Amino acid sequence: MRRKITVFLILIMCYLLQTTVFQSLAFAGISPNLMIIAVSAFGFMRGKKEGIYIGFLAGVILDIFGGGLFGGNALLYMYIGYCNGYFRKMFYPEDIKLPMLLIAGSDICCNLVIYFFMFLFRGRFEFLYYLGYVILPELVYTMLITIFLYVIILKINQRLEMIEKRSAGRFV
Amino acid sequence: MKRKSKFVLPPKYILMILTGVCVIAMLVSFTFNISGGPLHTVAGYVFVPMQEGINTVGTWMSSQAEKFRNLKEVTAENEALKEQVDKLTAELNTTNLEQYELENLRELFELDQKYPSYEKVAANVIGKGGSNWFSTFTINKGTNDGIDVDMNVIAGSGLVGIVTEVGANYATVTSIITDTSQVSGMVSTTSDNLIVNGSLKNMNENMVIEFSNLNDSDNEVGIGDPVVTSYISDQYQQGILIGYISTMETDANNLTKSGTITPAVDFEHIEEVLVILDKKQKAENE
Repeated sequence: MRRKITVFLILIMCYLLQTTVFQSLAFAGISPNLMIIAVSAFGFMRGKKEGIYIGFLAGVILDIFGGGLFGGNALLYMYIGYCNGYFRKMFYPEDIKLPMLLIAGSDICCNLVIYFFMFLFRGRFEFLYYLGYVILPELVYTMLITIFLYVIILKINQRLEMIEKRSAGRFV
Repeated sequence: MKRKSKFVLPPKYILMILTGVCVIAMLVSFTFNISGGPLHTVAGYVFVPMQEGINTVGTWMSSQAEKFRNLKEVTAENEALKEQVDKLTAELNTTNLEQYELENLRELFELDQKYPSYEKVAANVIGKGGSNWFSTFTINKGTNDGIDVDMNVIAGSGLVGIVTEVGANYATVTSIITDTSQVSGMVSTTSDNLIVNGSLKNMNENMVIEFSNLNDSDNEVGIGDPVVTSYISDQYQQGILIGYISTMETDANNLTKSGTITPAVDFEHIEEVLVILDKKQKAENE
């Protein structure tokens, strides 16, 4: 229960920061994608199942305020959470290379899917333009934020796992 | 403590079930044009107050950044503005006279109902959309203030967009510069119809949006002509200023023209908007 509330609060914080503060701090109209950091991080830290749930929840939050087709973001973020779950066995808290790589990959995948369905399907074929002006800048900015946000999420997760272990041990 | 249930669903099946849920939600929202339902109310009360709070911090930060603009620039601007005020005051006087004349004439022709002044409600922008692909933002008024989906949103005198989602205390506005948006417009000087559509690329590069399907066989439309929303649009009220034509060229078919429009609204710095409480469809039914 404690974990659920904490994760929910983290997602809310990410969404709020992404839509308010980071919009004012946007470089060239591009702001970072904090939701993908949270979803991806929990995916590879906690496994497929939590990845699915957290991705789904993040997507629903985005969908509610998005104004587009309801369920699209939920589907996308859910699969991103699930795919990150595959890397749980390779994940060590001390190593920052794999998380960075996974979060970068998730961000690129997410944007490629959006480009494919929402732009390419409407005849916007200038992929290189969108790559250079939306996808890559967002990637760079997101990676910059990841360095800070990922450490925070990692510490919160480690603390939660410690508390869980302690309270589980009490009953043995 | 949590009870351990014997049966644990493997992640694969959870993924399949939730995929189904999402697909159904998408189909429902696509066919019936509804989405979320009660989720909106709950989400509105969770997010909106916090968004409003954080946004004050964000505005404060950007206003601090503004202060660094050097004094010289501001003084120069002030002088230019003073000149402009003089010019505009003179213009206003003539316009007032013309307005008076126009009103008299309208009365004569009983035309004063042609462009009814719409009922509006003011709202603050409290958050931008979470995606870099689309230009949407959240405002701090919702159904409690009479706002509904499909209502037009303006800022200053120009069209900003249309309400696409609404909750009790918030609404999501999709702006006309977003790539998927299409508005049926009209050149106000010649009454020629055209289609205005948002463009992420053109907006990024030159701060303009695109128009197409302008049928102007007499070559009367020129650069700088104002474009307003058309009477044939089924979503937008007639006669709201969209922007001014900035470039124009004849299409390959030699019949229609297309080009770009500079929007009348500064989309980078929208803080306050007005929502028109009359809906086009409703006005037609009455």
